[in-house]
Amino acid sequence: MKLQKATLFALIAVLDLAADPQAQPSALEIAERHGISAHHLAKVLRTLGRAGIVDAVRGVGGGYRFIGNPKRLTLMDIIALFEPPRAAPPAARPGTGAGEALLRVLNEIDEHAAATFRSITLSTMLKLMRAPVRT
Amino acid sequence: MLHIRPAAPDDLPCVIALDREVTGQEKSEYWRDVYARFGGRSDDRRSFLVAAIDGRVEGFVIGEVRAWEFGAPPCGWIFAIQVRPCCRQGGVGTKLFEAVRDRFRAAGVDRLRTMLARDNTLILSFFRSQGMMAGPFVELEMELDGQ
Repeated sequence: MKLQKATLFALIAVLDLAADPQAQPSALEIAERHGISAHHLAKVLRTLGRAGIVDAVRGVGGGYRFIGNPKRLTLMDIIALFEPPRAAPPAARPGTGAGEALLRVLNEIDEHAAATFRSITLSTMLKLMRAPVRT
Repeated sequence: MLHIRPAAPDDLPCVIALDREVTGQEKSEYWRDVYARFGGRSDDRRSFLVAAIDGRVEGFVIGEVRAWEFGAPPCGWIFAIQVRPCCRQGGVGTKLFEAVRDRFRAAGVDRLRTMLARDNTLILSFFRSQGMMAGPFVELEMELDGQ
């Protein structure tokens, strides 16, 4: 499962905001922290706002804050807001033996990826972010 | 008051009933066989632990140390964990997990494994929340069509 840029920006923004729910950073501050496009991120944040995951705080000192439930919200919940249902890849034209076989393998990979994204909550991700990296 | 302890023979009817409540399937014979193999043992290599709240069994965990399975050095395997639905989100599953993990540590292993259906999001999510990640094995299967 290859994620689009908007999806990756959304995951980064939600994790950034959920890590410190009291903070209200602007889209520009989040973008600069992670080296991503502020213009693109602003659009992503609007979508997250409509989904009730973040809230836009107006006025001086305003910005965005996380308002979701980190124990319930999964990576897949966020991904599903931005990723269209996957279409069959051009190489896997239905009706041909090669196409059908390739599609089965690609679907197997996608099902594993989807199960992984469905099983990881933001709360688990926040623990992972704090855990030391083992090599 | 939550108490984690080794399963006793008198706990078996509660374990069977709890499993029936969660899965909707009656598996008395299976659970009696599991208890015969894992229950009432004093070593840390095989564990059948129950979580009792005010004396009532509200969850259980079963695991064992398996050596050289799939060519892997000895590690602790959890192959069953259940918590009564009304008691979830209260830390019972975490206490059971920690208890069996501690027993595996005491048995001298440094790795914990489990395997479950990928559509079992609830339990998959629970193990993830405990810090478990995908391991180095891939499970494969095929249908036997009788040919």
